[in-house]
Amino acid sequence: MTFTLRAPADIRTQISTHGADWLTKYGDLWKTQAARLKERFGEKIEEVRFPVDYPTDVPVVYVQKDAIVEVLRFARSESGFEYGFLADITATDELNEQSDWRFEVVYNLLSPTSFARIRFKVRVPENVEVPTAIDVWPGANWAEREVWDMFGVRFAGHPNLRRILMDERWEGHPLRKDYPLRGYQVFTEPTEIHPEAME
Amino acid sequence: MSKDGSASFLTTRLDALINWGRKNSLWPLPYGTSCCGIEMMATLAADYDMARFGAEAIRFSPRQADMLIVAGIINLKMAPILKTVYDQMAEPKWVVSMGACASSGGIFNVYSVLQGIDTMIPVDVYVPGCPPAPEGLMHAVMRLQEMVQKGETHSQRRIALRGEAKKAIETSLGARAAQAPKELQQ
Amino acid sequence: MENVEKNYPSGISIERPAPGFRDSHDPDDLWDDSRVYINIGPTHPAMHGALRMAAKLNGETIEGSYCEFGYTHRAKEKLGENRTYHNFIVYTDRLNYCSALMNNVGYALAVEKLMGIDVPERCVWLRMICCELARVTDHLICVGINAVDLGAFSFFLYGFHQREEAYTLIEKLCGARLTTSYSRIGGMMQDAPDGFEKELKAWVNRTRKVIDEMDELLTTNKIWRNRTVGVSTFDKNMCLQYSFTGPNARAAGLDIDLRRDQPYLFYKNVEFDVPVARNGDVYDRYLVRIAEIRQSLNILAQCADKMKKGPIWSEDKRVRIPDKDVVYNTMEGMIYHFKFFMEGFAVPAGEAYTAIEATNGEMGFYIVSKGTPNSHRMRIRGPSVWHYQGLTPMVKGEKIADLVAALGSINIIAGELDR
Repeated sequence: MTFTLRAPADIRTQISTHGADWLTKYGDLWKTQAARLKERFGEKIEEVRFPVDYPTDVPVVYVQKDAIVEVLRFARSESGFEYGFLADITATDELNEQSDWRFEVVYNLLSPTSFARIRFKVRVPENVEVPTAIDVWPGANWAEREVWDMFGVRFAGHPNLRRILMDERWEGHPLRKDYPLRGYQVFTEPTEIHPEAME
Repeated sequence: MSKDGSASFLTTRLDALINWGRKNSLWPLPYGTSCCGIEMMATLAADYDMARFGAEAIRFSPRQADMLIVAGIINLKMAPILKTVYDQMAEPKWVVSMGACASSGGIFNVYSVLQGIDTMIPVDVYVPGCPPAPEGLMHAVMRLQEMVQKGETHSQRRIALRGEAKKAIETSLGARAAQAPKELQQ
Repeated sequence: MENVEKNYPSGISIERPAPGFRDSHDPDDLWDDSRVYINIGPTHPAMHGALRMAAKLNGETIEGSYCEFGYTHRAKEKLGENRTYHNFIVYTDRLNYCSALMNNVGYALAVEKLMGIDVPERCVWLRMICCELARVTDHLICVGINAVDLGAFSFFLYGFHQREEAYTLIEKLCGARLTTSYSRIGGMMQDAPDGFEKELKAWVNRTRKVIDEMDELLTTNKIWRNRTVGVSTFDKNMCLQYSFTGPNARAAGLDIDLRRDQPYLFYKNVEFDVPVARNGDVYDRYLVRIAEIRQSLNILAQCADKMKKGPIWSEDKRVRIPDKDVVYNTMEGMIYHFKFFMEGFAVPAGEAYTAIEATNGEMGFYIVSKGTPNSHRMRIRGPSVWHYQGLTPMVKGEKIADLVAALGSINIIAGELDR
């Protein structure tokens, strides 16, 4: 038995995919898709990270903030892409990174035809709005509300950007790295009904 | 009990009879929010069958129930609602705090979780476990029955104290009235 | 009409609105301002767990609504950033607490994917048993409670009895009934006891009979059909737009099942069908769930046949929890044990989104690691969030009584909804 706990820092394990080796299955597809995205959107695609060079399971496409809706719509309906299924929208807080942006908004997509996955990311500084993806998927509504609630990233054009998990009188955004784990806020009255929010 | 006994004697026996009736017809208000709610359902279902303790008449209206089973997490968004529900229940009322989350916050010592419902409402029986097995909840119900019979629950003590206070006020008023001038007494 | 009116006994007059009365008003509105705003939940019996819905009613018809949740928010994502990878296993139990075994497996797969760990064969079979056992119990509770909401109480009792028997099996595996914490990263907590396969098969056979009985009880029941057929339909296109997955999507014909399409574990090595329905109403969701229980039972029987004796822990030393005799009898083992649980093991930097086909649909763990024992971001994609979001368009124009049926049929679990 060895007693070293920490793995060497330079370990870059090949991400194993449990039965389905995605890289052999979708590697060529992802390459052509990345090339087409770069061709179509040019500089609006900031960076593409592939599984072999970077420790990720699927390609990560960094998109400029203003082009994200266009890119998502392209990826949803263009033949050869067909990422018609929005698996998730979330964000990460990169507070301690020395960079001029703070949040990464993450879009995880799945293709219902080829069952490939892909990930789009948008880097934004604090207090900068990201365009909403509701026009592409109506289901993006709550996921974006949750990102606003938890991280404080606003979505431009969102019809109903209210808090979703926390109480609407809550101050601060709990999943930010500078929010304390035990930052309680107590309210003594239940919330009211919002007739204007009804759909 | 007073020294001559008769009236007080009857009252005490009536209390015992009423408490006996109360303990065998606990009407639960299941406040199941998460995992413990599933185990509470298991307790109410056929295999464990809470009807054996006279506690199967589930009422979702707080006006009709007298045993509030808080099964599961109460967070800070839910806390005012639980308080409202508790306040709406008619006296006497009993509270069972089922599971670690409701009793103390459990493993969730975080920004959104109320650290125990007893910071807000009085709790009669705590059930440990995450979630407690149905046997645990049944034990809690049996324990609550004992407490109800003896009049040890928060609610009954509160009522008794209120009665004593009223009596004390009345007697003190009576004593003062006896000291008053005779013209005023008539 | 005039004859009828003349035949009324004297003293009763039928007041008719003057011609043109309706023109100045909303045609749907029988009286002025008959819209009512109501609040349902979060402690309403029809709102499972702690959900809240506010609806605008015109008579009995829902004209608009919105849903609210977060009443059981327990900050599991924040805890994921503050606990070590091993310590987070207990929190995954409380996601979808009806199928805790499966959440453990999904989480273990996600971390193993980041670390590049492969687990031995027996461990994979055990995990498949976990997944399918959890699926059966979860579907039993879902259809049971849906039936209770619509008044069929004995159906629920059948299901819950079978669930209790499954609990006995789960207790034999890991000692707990509901919150199991059975999977570990790189292995399982312990091996299944001797003779478990036999007991599992016996349970499968008993459950098959019970499912047949339940099927007979409800599927052709006239009242049940009247309450559910054609109620709160959600078609395939809407399912895709609102990211529906699992039985709810398959009931509408959206044929995605990650077990078949992106096989993880050993789902390639077992035979099963993916039941798909067309209409996407409450009845179809019920049918799909019942059919899935049967398929899961088939998978369980195959797993019990194919499972061989063998090791259950991966060879990787980073994640191996030291054996208890080493811990109790050697100094180094004790230190290692302490460091393992207090300090945790580092996961190499990287990010991965791992999804499994949970009982309600795609349960995903998006973990970003920076090479420390705590994750940088622990995102949990609970399928219930997306299903609950679809409830508003689903019940628009339906009767308020059908809201209960719709909500029960999409099986919202508060644990994975609020996280």
